[in-house]
Amino acid sequence: MSEIITTPPVSSTGRTLRTEEMILNMGPQHPATHGVLRLELVVDGEIVVDVIPHIGYLHRCFEKHCEHMTNYQQVIPYTDRMDYVASMTNEFGFVVAAERLLKIQVPERVDYIRVIMAEFQRIASHLIAIGTYGIDIGAFTPFLYCFRDREKILDLFEMTCGARLLYNYMWVGGLSHDVPPDFIPKAKEFCTYFKPNIKELNDLLTYNEIFVKRTANVGVLPADVAINYGCSGPMLRGSGVDWDLRRDDPYSVYHKFDWDVCVGKGEMGTVGDCWDRHIVRAREMEQSVRIIEQALEQIPEGDVHAAIPKRIRPNPGEVYARIESPRGELGYYIVSDGSATPYRIKARSPAFSNLSVINEISKGAMIADMVAIAGSIDIVLGEVDR
Amino acid sequence: MGLLDKQFDSSNIVVTSLDNLLNWARLSSLWQMQFGLACCAIEMMAASASNFDMMRFGVIPRATPRQCDVMIVSGTVTLKMASRIKRLYDQMAEPRYVISMGSCSNCGGPYWEHGYHVLKGVDRVIPVDVYVPGCPPRPEALLEGLIKLQEKVRHESLVKKKSA
Repeated sequence: MSEIITTPPVSSTGRTLRTEEMILNMGPQHPATHGVLRLELVVDGEIVVDVIPHIGYLHRCFEKHCEHMTNYQQVIPYTDRMDYVASMTNEFGFVVAAERLLKIQVPERVDYIRVIMAEFQRIASHLIAIGTYGIDIGAFTPFLYCFRDREKILDLFEMTCGARLLYNYMWVGGLSHDVPPDFIPKAKEFCTYFKPNIKELNDLLTYNEIFVKRTANVGVLPADVAINYGCSGPMLRGSGVDWDLRRDDPYSVYHKFDWDVCVGKGEMGTVGDCWDRHIVRAREMEQSVRIIEQALEQIPEGDVHAAIPKRIRPNPGEVYARIESPRGELGYYIVSDGSATPYRIKARSPAFSNLSVINEISKGAMIADMVAIAGSIDIVLGEVDR
Repeated sequence: MGLLDKQFDSSNIVVTSLDNLLNWARLSSLWQMQFGLACCAIEMMAASASNFDMMRFGVIPRATPRQCDVMIVSGTVTLKMASRIKRLYDQMAEPRYVISMGSCSNCGGPYWEHGYHVLKGVDRVIPVDVYVPGCPPRPEALLEGLIKLQEKVRHESLVKKKSA
């Protein structure tokens, strides 16, 4: 990374030249901000001195909506629209929280299907993250490869619940539908199809020299800073912190599977640079395939509607449940006053915490590196603003 | 293309009206503003990616409003964003078109009742040519909306008024 020049430049005649900082707006309409984020860059020439993110262009009052719904099931479509790239994991977090509040034990088949769906969603989300990151850096082709594979996952979702993007599939206590009979063979087929494609994608993008030059040693996030800012997910693991809620705070049936947590090791540069965050996502897709393959083998029979309560009226109390979404720790804090409507729901969104670190890691970077840094955070503005 | 080849085999003159020629040129290269708002933007991306390939209709995403013919408003328009969308629309050169994609930008969608911050339809700030329903619309639906817009462009005239 470049250093901020502190001594003023001198002209050939020995006169000291005056410099001044300039403010540059990036967004809200900018192809590299992944949505409607506005970054106010204070720049000294080409070097970024300060970054002030302005958010709220997609505030959709998720939390206020929840208080207006007539019951808990009605909240689920709104959780879908929070992080719209990974709707399944959003639903997953909410239903886990609501079930803990209601003290419902769901059938094992439900848990397995949820895990399969959540891991498929993780792959789909990472494919978007990697594909759009490639576009940010200047590689358009990986985007097309990523979307080709993502469409196959969406086909699986579509045959299960009829929707491509926003599913409303996981309900409190169960699922809206059981998976169709040919889902499991098709899912297995996808796993065998997809595994070589990860290598293809890595050859195409991850180890491409231009890509490495653009991302290695750029936007270095040290582990202590990441922890202080509450970063999670690939952001935190990219900095070398071995922390994954699926293993460290197990929910659902994740403890039954054998898989590894991927961390950044600084293979191409410093630990915690943009390349590390990217490789963590690429390797997590491999691990997700491993989890899906095991879950598809072990999936038991059962009725997915067995535990769905007729009326949801939790006892007064509160609960916080967190899951590992593709972006990190997604938590729901629910307060119940004993009525059918949640009294208060607070969503702890990983993208918001991850975005807050952008000022810290982009000081001293070039403006072109800002694009690489903003892309590597993998924000979804629907979740940042909620 | 085969038709044109045959035409040029026997003679090298194609007779058409100026309106037809201009409209044909315009509808075959509707450049789109690369501008995503919310969930629908992901479907818009899917529509321009490999499986649906919106570029076969001549739709190329451009990052600046100055080079665009069509703005696809893809997602929830908040009041904070509405003024920016108006400004972006004003920056586009005429003739310009707007496709409103998804329930949110059509009418407020799931946020119409309690969304204190959501514009209840983007047509309150900019004129809309085609509304694509759905939450979110499938990429096929967006392509259908695009074809509808092309039909609209095909029947426009330089001489007659736009409404005719």
